[in-house]
Amino acid sequence: MPDMKDEDIRIGVFICHCGSNIAGYLDMEELSEYAEKLPHVTLVQRNLYSCSEAGISEIKKGIMEHDLNRVIVASCTPRTHEPLFRSSCAEAGLNPFLFEMVNIRDQCSWVHMQEREDGTNKAKDQIRMGVAKAALLEPQEPIMSDVQIRALIIGGGISGMTAALSLANRGYEVVLVEKENKLGGMLNRVNKLGPTMTDASDLVDGKILEVTEHPHITLFTSAKVNAAQGFIGKYQIDIETESGIKKIDFGVILIATGASVYTPEGLYGYDGQRIITQLEMERLFKKGLDPGIKNIVMIQCVGSRNEDRPYCSRICCQTAVKNAILVKDQIPEAKVSILYRDMQMYGVENEEMFRDSRAKGIRYINYDPARPPEVESNHVRVYHALLGREMSLSADLVVLSTPLIAHEDATEISQILRVPIDENGFFLEGHVKLRPLDFATDGIFLCGSAHFPANIREAVAQGLGAASRASIPLSQGSVVVEPIISFLANEDACIACGLCVALCPYGALEIQKTAKGEKVHVIDVACKGCGCCAAACPQNALDINHFRDRQIFAAIEAGGAGAR
Amino acid sequence: MLDVGRHPNIELLAYSEVEKIEGQAADFRVTVRRKARYVEEDKCTGCGACAEKCPTDVPDAFNEGLGTRKAIYNYFAQGIPSTHTIDADYCRQLIGKKCGICEKTCQADAINFDQEDRIIQLDVGAIIVAAGYDVFDPSLIPEYRYKEISNVVTAIEFERLLSASGPTGGHLDRPSDRAVQAEIAELEKRAKKSQRALDKFEKKYEEGSGKFYENYKAGQYKDDEDYKKWADKYAGHLAIVETLNTLKRKAETFAVAKRLAFIQCVGSRDFRFYPFCSGYCCMHSIKEAIIAHEHEPETQSTIFGMDIRAVGKGFEEYKARGGNKSEISYMRGRVAEITEGSGNNPIVTYENTLERKVESQEFDMVILATACAPTKAVFELAKILGIELDKYNFVKTNPQSPVDTSVPGIFVCGCAGSPMDVPESVAQASSAAGRAAEMVFQSQPEKEKAVA
Repeated sequence: MPDMKDEDIRIGVFICHCGSNIAGYLDMEELSEYAEKLPHVTLVQRNLYSCSEAGISEIKKGIMEHDLNRVIVASCTPRTHEPLFRSSCAEAGLNPFLFEMVNIRDQCSWVHMQEREDGTNKAKDQIRMGVAKAALLEPQEPIMSDVQIRALIIGGGISGMTAALSLANRGYEVVLVEKENKLGGMLNRVNKLGPTMTDASDLVDGKILEVTEHPHITLFTSAKVNAAQGFIGKYQIDIETESGIKKIDFGVILIATGASVYTPEGLYGYDGQRIITQLEMERLFKKGLDPGIKNIVMIQCVGSRNEDRPYCSRICCQTAVKNAILVKDQIPEAKVSILYRDMQMYGVENEEMFRDSRAKGIRYINYDPARPPEVESNHVRVYHALLGREMSLSADLVVLSTPLIAHEDATEISQILRVPIDENGFFLEGHVKLRPLDFATDGIFLCGSAHFPANIREAVAQGLGAASRASIPLSQGSVVVEPIISFLANEDACIACGLCVALCPYGALEIQKTAKGEKVHVIDVACKGCGCCAAACPQNALDINHFRDRQIFAAIEAGGAGAR
Repeated sequence: MLDVGRHPNIELLAYSEVEKIEGQAADFRVTVRRKARYVEEDKCTGCGACAEKCPTDVPDAFNEGLGTRKAIYNYFAQGIPSTHTIDADYCRQLIGKKCGICEKTCQADAINFDQEDRIIQLDVGAIIVAAGYDVFDPSLIPEYRYKEISNVVTAIEFERLLSASGPTGGHLDRPSDRAVQAEIAELEKRAKKSQRALDKFEKKYEEGSGKFYENYKAGQYKDDEDYKKWADKYAGHLAIVETLNTLKRKAETFAVAKRLAFIQCVGSRDFRFYPFCSGYCCMHSIKEAIIAHEHEPETQSTIFGMDIRAVGKGFEEYKARGGNKSEISYMRGRVAEITEGSGNNPIVTYENTLERKVESQEFDMVILATACAPTKAVFELAKILGIELDKYNFVKTNPQSPVDTSVPGIFVCGCAGSPMDVPESVAQASSAAGRAAEMVFQSQPEKEKAVA
């Protein structure tokens, strides 16, 4: 919008007492007298509580009766109250982005309770800065973008299938892409599930049947995602299938690509025959265990919690205990020993299974990673850290508990979808605690062992959870973004250096060909307005709506002007 | 919390309890008791002026009783909703004494002493139980002497002590030292009061109390009642000042806690109480030790545990970093006993299982990593909802449908189902919301199911 003429700017300043939270510590009379003298200020009013019904109606009345075109509330924090004041402005016919909030409570009266005069002066500075910025505010319209009501799920293991069914059962169209020629993922190779000791095939075959028969799920096996473009609501994906490339549009994407099992080449004499991994043990069970096996030694943390792979793979202890119990159930006279560092049997069910295993006579031997066990022919020698002596255990079979490691495809998928992976190669979620199933980028979600090793309970819960997160844009049908985003304010200045594109944490910038050559383009709905790009732009070509350089500089200059 | 508070699709009924449900999946009718706050929700702005003026101090439950709040209060500073509540057990007006100060103070006219519980009915399609857990009460373990030794605290109490918004502003002041400081504050009040009384005598007789007392003791003024009062007052005052000075000298030696012991599996993995592993405690002990070290770089912590279960994403690395950079040592073993040594220092006796020795070590403070105890609230709620519980009284679920309870349409997430950490709780919350939406969608008539 063209700049408003100076004399047309009419600012209303509403100063809130917040009961006594502000009025008890600052000189309100003086504040309002001061505000009246500031440039463009047409109306100054004090409210007991600006956020109360009475306060809000005062603001609305002020806008209408005094023809205000900028509103400032000097009160508490925008974190709690800005939405309320903005919508009140809108109700009175003022564009909500012509509202500015000045925090004279949390940032002034509360921290200067013993300094009435200085506190009052500081509040004057804050209001003066707010007025200077408000004069330069521009109206903004919310940004809306349609959402393609279709979900892409990459990976057809238990987590991906669970997510697919959850979305499809809510009527959404789902496309499930599986790299292998069969659904089921890792579970296809597992014998029984702990702690219930039910057949893994019952669970996985049931899910496969449900997925295959579901009218809302389109399944591509032996397929992979080749290329991706777009942003939340509008992803264009190339899927390479046996019958050629399919180009399909999606609103949301779920990554459920799982993980691989580490093969311990060169560790403990691993040979895949007498010295095997837990996954190979699952196969032995499926084939039927040789009843002649009398002595089994399992070694935990093989290839994990070391320098190469510092993480604990979470599920190997429960797998070992489960398989140890299954051995004892089939061959009660067998001696099963588990050599461990810490038994990671967290939670209710795992600890219970751990206890049961002890009752069944499974032996646990604590080893020191500085003195790891040695596998010899027919024996495993180990220093028992708790007994403080070396022992030799007969071993017909040695089972190595190796970690789940990031899938070899993870890096490629992360590049295609422009989402990050962590130092161990697992996908990196939006927030470790609060957004475990999201990425920083909107519209892409994560579940199962692609995130970090997970057992069945966890993989299923995460599949349901990621589907739930993904259903939000699908159910709304559109994404609405607050217009406080980056924009190319000076197109001529942009040299398409790409610095901003590389820095943007949300994949919201791209270089495009234009009539003026290559220029950066902001994908509005993907931008979060963090300002990273505008701060880094060497040409000052980018700016952030509502926090434009000139608005901020005006506030800074007003702050420095020091009216007293 | 803030997002919940202002989301247009969320109606928040805080300070309320479910009393009854009827119906079935997709068509539940729920009866909810909205407990009387004695404050009108639509009027209260949460400004807190009432709490500032309220004369009644109450132990602050949010700060684990380590500090006080007023009888009219907001559960904690950023609590949502910010509507204040009057604690009917303590409020002078409500227990029949004279007061009403908050009513006079409140400029929003929100106080209503006549408010009563309200019963409301809700029609809902699905129900999600997210009632959490209780912190295990470690005083049930006699050998740890919780509550007997003041510097033995629970992890949640320690969290409050570490918190910048907590009762100590984030300084690791030991509870024994804080008790002395509180005594000093009390004595100072009393000294001031007795000084005021002495001032009156001094003004009346135009003589200093000290001089008077000497003469009084020497045998003058014998027969006068008023002089006797003065002398008694002065003697009492001297006694207060003397105790005060002793305590103040003692307080000068106080320092923040720097030698910390964290004891794992307090009530968990223990057949006397809860045989299960609570899952998250190893990590919060490591976290608390790291934060304490950040506050005070001389802090040294020992974490006593059977296994240190750092099983989440980045957890093992965090544990190793704590050991390398935050002076945490991990001691494999179970603590047998805590006793009290000199200077209120707790002494921890344990078996060092790697050395096969029984050892004792003195600390400034001991922090108990208490079990995730199934809450009585879930037990009561389960009876109302008709959902099955497991043998520990967590809501029963199946590994293959981890958020479905035994009743269709009722789901569970978080520690009400079993112990879990924050990321898992957050993920499960989404799962439960998704299952609820799925169930409600499935039960709609076919023609309404069409989307977009």
